[in-house]
Amino acid sequence: MVESKHPWKAWIYLAPAIVLLLIFTVWPIINTVRMAFLEGYSSMSAVGGMQYNFGFGNFKQVLQYKDFLSCLTNTMLLCVLTVPISTILALLIAVCLNAIRPLQRLLQTIFFLPYVTNSIAIGMVFAAMFNMVGSAFGSENEIVITAGIINNVIEFFGGTAVNWINAGSTYWANITVMVVYIVWNALPFKILILLGGLQSINKQYYDAAKVDGTSRRRVFTKITVPLLSPMLAYVVITGFIGGFKEYSSIVGIFGDDMGPTGDPRRLNTMVGFIYDALANKQGRASAAALILFGIIFVVTMINLYVSKKKTHY
Amino acid sequence: MSESTMKVMQEKDLRKVTSSQKAVKIAVQFMLYAFLILMAIIIIFPFYWMLISSVKSLSEYRLSVPTLFPREILFSNYVEAFNQANLGRLFLNTLYVGLVSTLLSLVITVLSAFAFARLEFKGKNTLFALLLATMMIPGELFTITNYATVNAFGWMDSFTVLIVPFLVSVFYIYLLRQNFMQIPNELYLAAKVDGTSDLKYLWKVMIPLALPTLISITILKMMGAWNSYVWPRLVANKEEYRLITNGLRNAFTESTGDVNIPVQMAAVAIVSLPLFLVFIFLRKYIMKGVSRSGIKG
Repeated sequence: MVESKHPWKAWIYLAPAIVLLLIFTVWPIINTVRMAFLEGYSSMSAVGGMQYNFGFGNFKQVLQYKDFLSCLTNTMLLCVLTVPISTILALLIAVCLNAIRPLQRLLQTIFFLPYVTNSIAIGMVFAAMFNMVGSAFGSENEIVITAGIINNVIEFFGGTAVNWINAGSTYWANITVMVVYIVWNALPFKILILLGGLQSINKQYYDAAKVDGTSRRRVFTKITVPLLSPMLAYVVITGFIGGFKEYSSIVGIFGDDMGPTGDPRRLNTMVGFIYDALANKQGRASAAALILFGIIFVVTMINLYVSKKKTHY
Repeated sequence: MSESTMKVMQEKDLRKVTSSQKAVKIAVQFMLYAFLILMAIIIIFPFYWMLISSVKSLSEYRLSVPTLFPREILFSNYVEAFNQANLGRLFLNTLYVGLVSTLLSLVITVLSAFAFARLEFKGKNTLFALLLATMMIPGELFTITNYATVNAFGWMDSFTVLIVPFLVSVFYIYLLRQNFMQIPNELYLAAKVDGTSDLKYLWKVMIPLALPTLISITILKMMGAWNSYVWPRLVANKEEYRLITNGLRNAFTESTGDVNIPVQMAAVAIVSLPLFLVFIFLRKYIMKGVSRSGIKG
């Protein structure tokens, strides 16, 4: 490193970045904390000269708010369901991909495709696949014009059609659709990372196991998984962080209403809750954002703690 | 039993063992391929369904037994989708915002990464650590205040509001700084001895050497503009400034029930096409950026 004759020169290089960061990153952090602790803060009435009490009122209000609890449940539920499913599936696919030669590159490319898509646009495709045209289930004359391709497939294998996302659909049907879509969306990144990890494992471990006549399952649980554990920890942590911020995949399928026709906001998430309050209930939005940050922080710390104990480097 | 027959039998056994091992191996390979191909079909099916639905007539789409290949291929859905969602305008808006923000963002990123990688100043490491710490905070936390800030600046419904707040990405600075650090310091010293200015050195030596990282940043930034939804909807929802993803969702608010799905799918296909082209031609750079970031868009 060179000792510059002009120490101020570095600050000129940094100036544009620092100015923008001060306005759009540092100030928001300070301001969000401030607004979160001013009870019932709203910037509209703040301009009008209204004074606010300092306290935990916003947090209390948010936590007692029924809508927030449903947002929290939805977010947690989607996280707890999608992260393990997508991680296990991605691990299986990555291990299989790593064990084949012909077609490997082609399949790898196909598995990466969902990554470069627009989650709103492809959400609309999923909605079309689950969509049912015709009178809703439970009405007197059930005339289904188009059951949707997913229902067609289910019926082909002898099942009965389900009202997935239309008016009158059940909560669990909606959640199932969301889980399918989120897992589909989450796979490519996880496969990419895990396959990269697998390819960097030293072949000598496998050769040694072969000499000892170790069974495939033992090789998998005693060599592959432990040596892959740093990457597994990484995809689980980023999966949880992404999961707690779930929002646009739901907009993709259900639209801005965040729920099936007749039951808007049913699938609203934490981030959705923040956006709903953002324009005129900043106190509430800030408190919710800090709670979200707290949850992400705690979950990440737990993950790091567990993975530190379980990962082998 | 004579010795020779025993030997023959042993050889037979051995052959049996190796052939059964081979059979197991083939069976395992078969299962691997079966699983992978099944998963690949599931992954690719939505794209297939989007494409074939986009060229079906509405009456064919609504058959109770769906056709897996369209009977007649109808391109009129694309024309209708293009007009209904005003995709031309949205496309130009998005391109403009994407290009300007990428360009400005690259300049800012290169300058700050250079300062962090090559220049010496007080508090450098503390400042860098603080910047990295902000990456932990969810973006939604900034949005609340930024919404009020851009409102106070009078930037609502403009291109400025779509570009300026996201020009600095700590992650890109980090990525490029790491890349700059790998360039041997001797090059810099030699340039100094020759009396080359910092800016010229940056332009002639560092930028060419870090080009792959810069390309990765450009792609991620352009894809970000293409896919951004929440912020544009909040602050620039007027037709003149609307970006493509938001416009798509706005043009087709109903995605369930009895709606004209073929036209919707045509619009989705048009919006997805540029992403696929980028993917096909620049896959290497995307994968590189992705595997180091875990950030979508």
